[in-house]
Amino acid sequence: MSALLRFDGVALTRGGRLLFEDLHLALGPGERLQVAGPNGCGKSSLIRLAAGLLREHGGRIERTKLALADDGLALDRELPLRRALMFWKSPVEPAMDALGLAHLADVPVRLLSAGQAKRATLARVAASGAPLWLLDEPLNALDTDGADRLGRLIAAHLASGGAVLTASHQPLPGEWPRVELGR
Amino acid sequence: MIGALILRDARRGFTGGAWLPIAFFLLIAMLVPFAIGPDAQLLNRIGPGAMWIAALTAALLPIERLIEPDRADGTLDQLALHGMAEEVIAVAKIAAHWLTFAPPLMLAALPAASLLGLDRAAFAGALVSLWIGMPGLAALAVAVAALTAGLPRAGALAGLLLLPLAVPLLIFGASVSGGGGGNSALLLEAAVSIPLLAGAPFVTAAAIRAART
Repeated sequence: MSALLRFDGVALTRGGRLLFEDLHLALGPGERLQVAGPNGCGKSSLIRLAAGLLREHGGRIERTKLALADDGLALDRELPLRRALMFWKSPVEPAMDALGLAHLADVPVRLLSAGQAKRATLARVAASGAPLWLLDEPLNALDTDGADRLGRLIAAHLASGGAVLTASHQPLPGEWPRVELGR
Repeated sequence: MIGALILRDARRGFTGGAWLPIAFFLLIAMLVPFAIGPDAQLLNRIGPGAMWIAALTAALLPIERLIEPDRADGTLDQLALHGMAEEVIAVAKIAAHWLTFAPPLMLAALPAASLLGLDRAAFAGALVSLWIGMPGLAALAVAVAALTAGLPRAGALAGLLLLPLAVPLLIFGASVSGGGGGNSALLLEAAVSIPLLAGAPFVTAAAIRAART
């Protein structure tokens, strides 16, 4: 089976401190995984490592094309939401509908609330068409409706052969295999 | 994607205060006659140099918006995930910065020249030397912006970094029309501007990668 993401004995140090070592994990099509652990244990760093934005200190990582939603909004604040999202990928309408953002299409990004901004970053991931989704604290600032919509999006993505890796200290909708860090 | 990024950055520049450095440039050009006095001959002699000093100080103003906002909100990360090499991002940033900085500055050089009382020959020399120097200056500004992105007091640091590195541009640029040297000064200025333009993308890219946390 070809994995969409594979960690082979990976170690990561940040600022001279070892966050984890000898980490093995593999995500195949249709699989999901939640990275859990207390604040500061390296959840976000693991996500950035998986994205290729940080260098591993040891071991090997294989990854396919992926999309990342983290704290960074990465949308032009002066543009209306739809145009800002279209800088990254078009069409964006299905993803905006799925996250309940359709009515905000013409609202400038700078006027979005924290929860709406979170939905926008998730919409970018949903629109990306990448098989592997990396979601860093996807539930932050989301209301229950947002969380439900995210749950449905993830289910559809997994059903279509994608994979999802999330880092979250909160329980996610559905059954998630977990990796515990910082123990 | 690189075209889209250049367009985006140029649009953000023009809607986000590209006129500020230009107004600053004109303001400094206006201060010189106030400080020196209305001696036309003296002004004509120091005019091109004053114009270069004005251009260099004006080049400091946009530095903080060149790289830092895109680093802070994750745009640089997302560009990397879209498969864009940091060097390519740097080239796009330099091109966009040049677009929003150089042409308006060349336009502003016209009123600046009359404020400084430059004669036709001095004005032509100043225009040509600014035109040759601008790509190097834009590249240097982007590299310095990347090196200082995310640091506290980045603006002041950027000034300390950029101005000394721009001294060769200033020397040859100002001597194109100021003191003799004409053609050879122009060639030497190009010989400074081109390596800056060629080297800056790599410095910028390395700085962007190093700033990732």
